Amino acid sequence: MFLKVLSISFMLIGFFFFTTATIGLLRFPDFFCRLHATGKGDTLAVLLSLIGLAIYHGFCLASLKIISIAVFYFVAQPTATHAIARAALRCGVKPWAKGEERR
Amino acid sequence: MEKFFLGIGIGLCFLVLLCLYRGIFGPTVLNRLAGISAIGTKTLVILLLMGFIYDRVDMFMDISMVYAILNFIGTLAVAKYLETKGEV
Repeated sequence: MFLKVLSISFMLIGFFFFTTATIGLLRFPDFFCRLHATGKGDTLAVLLSLIGLAIYHGFCLASLKIISIAVFYFVAQPTATHAIARAALRCGVKPWAKGEERR
Repeated sequence: MEKFFLGIGIGLCFLVLLCLYRGIFGPTVLNRLAGISAIGTKTLVILLLMGFIYDRVDMFMDISMVYAILNFIGTLAVAKYLETKGEV
């Protein structure tokens, strides 16, 4: 019972972070701001959701594989975000400053 | 518990539709790339939830792992291509 409540709360917090990342992707004024929101929020949300699923499944080989997916994603997603941001900076995209219009 | 997983999955599908707005109408290629990468992230969790709903976790888990790797490689390849090209 305790483990079930723990896994439900982990998954709800993960869903909350997914929602905030999506709102940031839609509403922020600039490409770099959007990338910042979705890069950090999605990584944390995937980690929390997969930990919740692994707790619900119990300790076995499958839950270890779920944890390994989470660890891989925790390394891979910041790398991909950094690659996109560096490509944008090399392509000459200017960061947004206060007072400019939305792009 | 299946009802809870189903609710979370439906909510994630709604968020995927919201991300698709950025994927379609994003001003440049880079915005579209960020939107599609976010959709791939949500799909990974939806696949695992499908595995829990249908009670076939060991099969859907491998699909989810392959999807994570493909999403990472695809994003990295497009970013590298744009960086080499030098313009958006």
